[in-house]
Amino acid sequence: MIKIEHLTKKYGDRYAIHDVNFEIGDGEIVGFLGPNGAGKTTTMSILTGYLSSTSGKAMIDGLDILEHPTAVKKKIGYLPEFPPLYLEMTVKEYLSFIYDLKKCTLNKKEHLAEICKVTKIENEFDRLIGNLSKGYRQRVGIAGALVGNPQVVIFDEPTNGLDPKQIIDIRSLIKELGKDHTVILSTHILSEVKSICDRIIIINEGQIVADVKTENIEQALRGNKKLSVTVAGPAPAVLAAIKKINGVTYAACSVNYSDGSSAFIVESVNDADIRKPLFYAMAQNGWPITSMEYMSANIEDVFISVVDETEEELSKERISEGRDNK
Amino acid sequence: MTAIYKREMRSYFTSPVGYIFVAVFLAVSAFLFMQFTVQAGESSSFSEYFSYILYVFIVIIPLITMKSISEERKMRTEQLILTSPVSLAGIVVAKFLAAFTLFGGTFVVASIIYYIPLAKYGTPNTAHYICSVIAIILAGAAFIAMGVFISSLTENQFVAALGTIAAIILLLLISVLNNYINSEFIRTILSAISFSARYSGFAAGVFDYSAVVYFSSLTALFLFLTVRVFEKRRWA
Repeated sequence: MIKIEHLTKKYGDRYAIHDVNFEIGDGEIVGFLGPNGAGKTTTMSILTGYLSSTSGKAMIDGLDILEHPTAVKKKIGYLPEFPPLYLEMTVKEYLSFIYDLKKCTLNKKEHLAEICKVTKIENEFDRLIGNLSKGYRQRVGIAGALVGNPQVVIFDEPTNGLDPKQIIDIRSLIKELGKDHTVILSTHILSEVKSICDRIIIINEGQIVADVKTENIEQALRGNKKLSVTVAGPAPAVLAAIKKINGVTYAACSVNYSDGSSAFIVESVNDADIRKPLFYAMAQNGWPITSMEYMSANIEDVFISVVDETEEELSKERISEGRDNK
Repeated sequence: MTAIYKREMRSYFTSPVGYIFVAVFLAVSAFLFMQFTVQAGESSSFSEYFSYILYVFIVIIPLITMKSISEERKMRTEQLILTSPVSLAGIVVAKFLAAFTLFGGTFVVASIIYYIPLAKYGTPNTAHYICSVIAIILAGAAFIAMGVFISSLTENQFVAALGTIAAIILLLLISVLNNYINSEFIRTILSAISFSARYSGFAAGVFDYSAVVYFSSLTALFLFLTVRVFEKRRWA
């Protein structure tokens, strides 16, 4: 459905995205996750034909966006970060403008009514967009992206700036859409992609650092964690002892120091914290551990920011759920 | 393209801009017509009226072109139209045509109304009158294309309006400099650029084809440049 090959975009000397590759199949809901300024919006802008890439290809249904812009744009519904709304129009006028703009052939009245039903803006149909609240404007933006029933819908931070209740609504709406559309959405909130997407593409500093199924995201986050340990003891014996510890999947001696100690790299299964068993094992043998630390992986840097916001987000949701229960 | 054109026309009349434009244009042109035709005592001479109309453009053309593209940029609605299945040329031409329809429509209606008393109380040269109307419309089209172009350069309507005013003044009055310039060569160039110098043929009753070509190609040039502005921003 969507294929991106070696996509690169430069602003002056700075790479906004650099050699990005991925493929998205029919009916997938894919989340772009990354901190602000990671290149999510740039990737989406290129995919929708708003920007041109410096090099590389973006294809939808086998058609290159640069070579067949009109045909490709017909297949896409796009909600940019700031919904492109004409405030002086009513919802009805706005949607029918987009309908004409996209040269749709579906039955206009039925189609627009259906979209409004899906996005729950039926009651706002004749109101001026300028008079709507932010949450409703966001919905109108989503409705606009759905006009013409495009195969691919792209949402740039669809829940940005909404209150927790609205966030939950929009998320379930997007999940619903995923049943018959290919959906790409971007966010910097981990819990959001986890709750909506089938697949997560993590972008940082213009490059893809992970591309995983949602159920494997935890693994992707922690899997890269390696422990670096320095132990004062005979290297082969220490290594053997480390390997015996429950949960260790890989261990190797990396450096032998002149003072008789050695450095080891130890990898373990995802959720096992092997630091304590490691300590006891070494202590039993009388080999002092002189240093022990997690080696920071690429992906971790990304998630220092992302995970923080997840916590915030979760607590917000808990608050709103509590309110709902009352 | 028709969708954008229609939306553009609607937006003129859902905001005060369209009404103000029509009102100011009609009021000022009616006043000029009164002053230079009816009250001048020679009821069938209208050349002077049309020459002065050109100067009204300084104020009224920026009114309808200033927000043409700058507002779409500012409100980010350009993301919608640029990601829709419409060509860049289609977008620019639709924007231009909407402003041109508003201007041309008002001016044609005004011209028909003003012709009635002329024909009733005098013997105007109808061919000359029609040619003058056509020439003014073509000159207006060139100014509108220029206004749309300037509007595409900025997000700020006010800057767009000021820029357009300055550009129109320059194009209209540049031949005035001729009085102070010795070089025949430069004088020829300035007269060729100047709208008022170009228009003088029509005022004298000559249908000046070179002026028609000049106005039309200027229109095409500015529309082309506007498309290039969009393209350049896309590749930037």
